[in-house]
Amino acid sequence: MIRLDVRQVPSLRMSVLSPIIALAVTVAAGGVLFLALGKDPVRVLSMFLVEPFNGVRALTELGLKCTPLILCALGLGLCFRSNVWNIGAEGQFLMGAIAGGGLALWVTNASAALSPWVFFPLVVVAGAAGGAAWAAIVALLRDRFNANEILVSLMLVYVADLFLSWLVFGPWKDPLGFNFPQTVQFAAATEIPRFVRGMRLHWGFAFALVAAVLMWLFMFRTHRGIQLQIGGPAPAAARYAGFSSRAAIWTTLLISGALAGIAGAFEVTGPMGQLTPHVASGYGFTAIIVAFVGRLHPLGAVLGSVVLSAFVIGGQLAQSRVGLPASVSGVFQGMLLLALLGCDTLIHHRPRLARWTWRAAP
Amino acid sequence: MSAPRLELRHITKRYGDVVANDDVGLAVAPGEIHAILGENGAGKSTLMKVVYGAVAPDAGELLWDGAPAAIQSPHDARALGIAMVFQHFSLFDSLTVAENVWLGLSRTVSLREVVEGIRGKAAEYGLDLDPDRPVHVLSVGERQRVEIVRALLANPRLLILDEPTAVLTPQAAEKLFETLRKLAATGCSILYISHKLHEILALCHQCTVLRGGRVVASCDPTRESTASLSRMMIGAEPPRLERRPANVGPLALSARGLALPGHDRFGVALEDVSLDVHAGEIVGIAGVSGNGQQELLAALSGEDPRADAGAIQLFGQPIGRMGAAARRKRGLHFVPEERLGRGAVPSLSLANNMLLTRHEALRAFGWIDRAALRHQASGVLRRYWVKASGPAAAARSLSGGNLQKYIVGRELDAVPKVLVVAQPTWGVDVGAAAQIRAELVALRDAGCAVLVVSEELEELFALADRLHVIAKGRLSPSIGSAEASVEQIGEWMSGLWTGGPGQAAALAGGAR
Ligand SMILES: Nc1ncnc2c1ncn2[C@@H]1O[C@H](COP(=O)(O)OP(=O)(O)OP(=O)(O)O)[C@@H](O)[C@H]1O
Ligand SMILES: [Mg+2]
Repeated sequence: MIRLDVRQVPSLRMSVLSPIIALAVTVAAGGVLFLALGKDPVRVLSMFLVEPFNGVRALTELGLKCTPLILCALGLGLCFRSNVWNIGAEGQFLMGAIAGGGLALWVTNASAALSPWVFFPLVVVAGAAGGAAWAAIVALLRDRFNANEILVSLMLVYVADLFLSWLVFGPWKDPLGFNFPQTVQFAAATEIPRFVRGMRLHWGFAFALVAAVLMWLFMFRTHRGIQLQIGGPAPAAARYAGFSSRAAIWTTLLISGALAGIAGAFEVTGPMGQLTPHVASGYGFTAIIVAFVGRLHPLGAVLGSVVLSAFVIGGQLAQSRVGLPASVSGVFQGMLLLALLGCDTLIHHRPRLARWTWRAAP
Repeated sequence: MSAPRLELRHITKRYGDVVANDDVGLAVAPGEIHAILGENGAGKSTLMKVVYGAVAPDAGELLWDGAPAAIQSPHDARALGIAMVFQHFSLFDSLTVAENVWLGLSRTVSLREVVEGIRGKAAEYGLDLDPDRPVHVLSVGERQRVEIVRALLANPRLLILDEPTAVLTPQAAEKLFETLRKLAATGCSILYISHKLHEILALCHQCTVLRGGRVVASCDPTRESTASLSRMMIGAEPPRLERRPANVGPLALSARGLALPGHDRFGVALEDVSLDVHAGEIVGIAGVSGNGQQELLAALSGEDPRADAGAIQLFGQPIGRMGAAARRKRGLHFVPEERLGRGAVPSLSLANNMLLTRHEALRAFGWIDRAALRHQASGVLRRYWVKASGPAAAARSLSGGNLQKYIVGRELDAVPKVLVVAQPTWGVDVGAAAQIRAELVALRDAGCAVLVVSEELEELFALADRLHVIAKGRLSPSIGSAEASVEQIGEWMSGLWTGGPGQAAALAGGAR
């Protein structure tokens, strides 16, 4: 039997090693999984671990995937540290996409002559407003009626998704689009400026990196940031200090909703260029894993998003090249989270071999 | 005599640069009550955790009944028959008393048996305890009782008690001593840590004194005095508390007819509590823990803002519905009884813990001036004799007494207009306790209104100008501490004041 003894002091070595061990365990288990599916494990694993990093184009695609993951995970990390379990970033992402897409649609229809650099800050504000408004519903219900934010935020994902469908099947449908459920292609003025012509990576990526640094400053260098993080591990201390738990609920949800909304707005005005029913691509859910892989730390979110983006891209490659089912990529992501949470035990516990003893009661 | 029950040889334990235990040796005979004495941060708790397997020593060996033993975990220790009551409790808040005790026992006992066992032990040793109450509603004194009963239920051969009486009333402590003497008579060895020197004189057969992690003396306490023990420990006798008569100023903090229903069916309801604290005086509240102290403190501090606005007044302003931060802004500071998790966040550094109640290091938009914050925290460390590696040390790495000094120091340093403090010297060594009391008196003389809630009668008599007693959620009238006697306060603790909740016999006199 392996027994776990509580460590007196959390092991620093293990808190660094645990994500690495988790990654190794995931890779090993993934290899076995691919083998069992009759695929060449080395080839498939290299699609997940090597090819996403192979070459400039691959790296820019990786950065493109990282952008929404970083933005969503930043807000979620803040929420989770404050004991606010917002798992509906996907819904806030969608509402930001709708708000940002709606703005782009309006500019397109009005044929306004606008520089993309003027539109950029506008779409950030629109996305943030859309996402924050959606998260505000969660905050309101939790604050006024003590409704469980896990359920509410999750349910609102489906409401947002259906709302988007209604828009693109109904009022916002492209009249000349052969009845396809999608809006017109947005005008060029509404496209997020790209770093390099011909590559899809856009300035939203830089925005996300700056947001990560700002979030880090907010969390560890401002009073409000520290306050928010006390409510989780030490609620009695927060009450003693007089930090309001209501303020924590509102602040964290509004910030994370806004960030997820910006991610959604970038997605539709960046790579997509129109609204379709398929804006929801799971970034908001994958970001939960990113946040935990990054230890709920803003800079960790950047690293975590690289890992998870590679997994997403690898999954797509494996699907198109060797016909690996798309769901297997999801399984692979889930295995990483599971392995990580398992390895985290080692930070606070020391495993050791022991005999299993049943002793009689004294 | 046979081999000692426990023998330690050359035990050394380092935390970074700090040597918590340095080449420590001691032996405990069967049936011996052995005191470990030392100032805050001397390494007492660390040594006990080594014996209990909760901390692995860097060097040294341990002999059990004369044979070398490898105790690598608390599990191993329990298997040998070692039980420990930790200084910081290890109870799960959401579970009941019985469930908490059950967790530590072997798997073959049923919960019902545990409940009966607790009732039995509690009755046998006169420790009042309801096994069905959830732990989160218990005061620290009650939690201490849970830990003690849990340890006793294991029928140990070696019992380690790390400051078990820190928050027990003298009566409860006296009962505990009877228990311990009975237990020792049956051959159980006891390692006993306390900062209350008279307890060690009354109870212990042997005494080992630690200082800076080293054994500096061992003696037979029955031949010593508190003064000589104190000299061994801190090199001097604690200074006497100097106090002049109070120079009472205007009313600062008052409660009028304060009534609050209990938070749940286990909470104590406050009934018609009236209380005045004037600038320049120290008012004490005595009572057995669990009689409404927690609830009263939370209502006064603002952690529980359910009271009627006018029921609590600060300088004539109604504050009953204000939160803790708003009250603090008006000059009311509070030291809670739980150090870890309430007075300080265990995982945060001492500097960041400053931010719970102090905002001097904040700049525009709540930006933290880190240099100023570190400087402020270092100032408290220095002024209140806190032993810590520096302002960056995590709160949980401090020894119990040192964290207490830090929290009290943080609030004293704020120069409050009103200070409400629970158990001001809990777990603090005699030297530092004397200093904290002197600081409280100095604060009073500077015109601060001080309210002290404590279970230590001696401390209350030494500090307070007037005393109240709390029993079953009701507050007695106040009595000048010079006129009060220990006996009378003891009776009041059972609610036996005129109109009190234990009004079986209406007592006349004393009240004013
Ligand atoms: N987990 C830890 N990490 C770092 N330092 C520690 C840790 N635990 C204890 N120390 C240090 O070891 C020293 C001894 O601490 P210990 O808790 O044994 O003191 P103590 O004698 O029990 O004091 P007290 O009377 O205040 O309870 C202290 O200087 C303390 O800061
Ligand atoms: Mg200690």
